Amino acid sequence: MSMTMHVDIVSAETEIYSGTVTECYAPAEMGEVGIHPRHAPLITKLKPGEVRIILQDGEEQSFFVNGGILEIQPHVVTILSDTAIRAADIDEAAANEAKAKAEAAMADKKSDLDYARAKAELIEAIAKIETIKKLRKRK
Amino acid sequence: MAGAKEIRSKIKSIQNTQKITKAMEMVAASKMRKAQERMRASRPYADKIRNVLAHLAQAHPEYRHPYLSDREQVNRVGYIIVSTDRGLCGGLNTNMFKAAVKEMIEWDSQGVDVDVCAIGKKAVGFFGRFKCNLVAQADHLGDSPSMEDLIGTVKVMLDAYDEGKIDRLFLVHNVFVNTMTQQPLIHQMVPVSGDVDQQLEHHWDYIYEPDARHIIDGLMFRFIESQVYQGLVENIASEMSARMVAMKSATDNAGDIIKELQTVYNKARQAAITQEISEIVSGAAAV
Repeated sequence: MSMTMHVDIVSAETEIYSGTVTECYAPAEMGEVGIHPRHAPLITKLKPGEVRIILQDGEEQSFFVNGGILEIQPHVVTILSDTAIRAADIDEAAANEAKAKAEAAMADKKSDLDYARAKAELIEAIAKIETIKKLRKRK
Repeated sequence: MAGAKEIRSKIKSIQNTQKITKAMEMVAASKMRKAQERMRASRPYADKIRNVLAHLAQAHPEYRHPYLSDREQVNRVGYIIVSTDRGLCGGLNTNMFKAAVKEMIEWDSQGVDVDVCAIGKKAVGFFGRFKCNLVAQADHLGDSPSMEDLIGTVKVMLDAYDEGKIDRLFLVHNVFVNTMTQQPLIHQMVPVSGDVDQQLEHHWDYIYEPDARHIIDGLMFRFIESQVYQGLVENIASEMSARMVAMKSATDNAGDIIKELQTVYNKARQAAITQEISEIVSGAAAV
């Protein structure tokens, strides 16, 4: 019997994925983590980036999460993201636009708050673009 | 034709009322569908974060968050009460307030003070009149509330807990059971009361990256937020279905009254005709 684990990806708005997988990769705050079944219990924050899962039949699915929390139990992985979408649904044009806008906002910094927000937006937009690029390369 | 005109105008006015209640019923029905969808959509997140927290409560972390440990001495408790902004939804709010007030009286008899944070116009109004300590309020959140609107009021209560002003925090809202049934629910939010599963009682702990304190703090805040948000969303779904049911019965009642009035009207009309005929007949006989 091949080893599997259960993965739940939920965002505040909806449940994105729930099912059995053999491997899972997530962008933890300290660097990307690869999770196999029987991983030690771990809890960490996520940064914006790509979550990849490999299903039992070898199919690979890719999601974009905008930060959140990752919980690992030996056979259950829970990803609580603030927002999550399927990577294929990312709007690349919108992401590029958001990136340009954030960069512009950072260039003329009016207040620290604006700057911090623009920076967060920029990081998110870049992560989105990266995710879609990776997805394209694999195809 | 004594009273026939009055009866007719009465029927007319009830018919107008019926039209309004019918329209409100239909509006509530369509809003209910949307509210239910929203409730279902956000349920997985609330459930999952509760699971994670229950695991965390079982683990033996080196850092114990204040929200996880019970305080022995209870001097003051806090209630976050989620109500609707608008009325005409049957006994929904009243039942919930009754349940909440009952608990408050109990606390009061034990010499424990109660702080109230009211969400929704009805709760603000009710607990404003009621003799209690209203510390925070939020209303006009609309049908699709956003997290940001809530954070401020919730934070007031959490800060009060952190500072030790209150020792327990409860959330009161209506639970959507089905379209016909909504139930008021009071549940303890802080300290988090996880059901400890006895089978999992062996010693284990998570690996925390980067550090336990950082993560647990973040997780706790998200948890409270999602609980209140879920409460609010469920309350809206309850409100819509309660309003739909209330308006449906109002429409039905209006129909009954119209039927009765119609009978009275017909009788009056018939009596008038009979009277007229007998007058004519007796007049003719006299000639």
